[in-house]
Amino acid sequence: MNFKRTAILALILSLFSAVSVRAQQGVEMADVMRSEGKIYIVVAVIAIIFIGIVIYMISLDRKLSKLEKELRD
Amino acid sequence: MAKNWWKAIAVILVLFALIGGLLIDVPRLPILNETIRNLFYHVTMWFAMMILMTASVVYSIKYLRSGKELDDAKAKIAAEIGLFLGVLGIVTGSIWAKFTWGAYWINDPKLNGAAVTILAYFAYMILRNSFDDEEKRAKISAVYNIFAYVLLIVFLMILPRMTDSLHPGNGGNPAFSQYDLDNTMRIIFYPAIIGWTLIGVWLGELKLRLHKLRIKKLEDEL
Repeated sequence: MNFKRTAILALILSLFSAVSVRAQQGVEMADVMRSEGKIYIVVAVIAIIFIGIVIYMISLDRKLSKLEKELRD
Repeated sequence: MAKNWWKAIAVILVLFALIGGLLIDVPRLPILNETIRNLFYHVTMWFAMMILMTASVVYSIKYLRSGKELDDAKAKIAAEIGLFLGVLGIVTGSIWAKFTWGAYWINDPKLNGAAVTILAYFAYMILRNSFDDEEKRAKISAVYNIFAYVLLIVFLMILPRMTDSLHPGNGGNPAFSQYDLDNTMRIIFYPAIIGWTLIGVWLGELKLRLHKLRIKKLEDEL
């Protein structure tokens, strides 16, 4: 279990560290936004929205479980 | 709790795709620019939709063999979630088209094929609602569902590849070999497909449990 967790963490970290290396210019990309770190604000907003929806789904899931239990008894 | 591990995986994969999709390095291509990242969001909707529609048709065939009401309910729910993802896919595709091709909709075999597919599944939902007799509804809509799935395969996978299309992945316009020069995008793309599919399955599971509760309540009242 612990090994698995470290492996996943390492995978995620190695992915994100590859982000900063950026060669080969010419095509216009949002480099300024990235260099100012503002992309992380967007990432945070999207992540929070998704986590919020997930929490809502979990609460729905729990409510259903409760109802199922009540009907079984 | 032990049987809910796949929901945790769904959340982790989607979160990974949402965050990683914005942060990893992507190939710098003209016209597409940063919108190439839509591959992680728009395209995954369609892949998840196709997986759910496959599940739906499998349950429809199962129903035709077994005659169990539950199989019909599963087919319906899978198609509903798939249709939801498909609508998201077509709307997001339209926005992406505006910024790369210059119009929200163009007369392209892939786009029109997608529209036909979506309409075919809306027709499935309408067909279901037009029966009062439950057994008749289940049987006829199961047969129609097989037909709709054939339409999906033909209009999304075969016809666009036989003609020229602006959409990547069709008519000598490959998707991955063009975008994905160094395979970095696959690291996000595949987990995103699995994650969104599992989220769809989770939504479907919630609906199915609600359906079962409703049936049980009806039985108890009798």
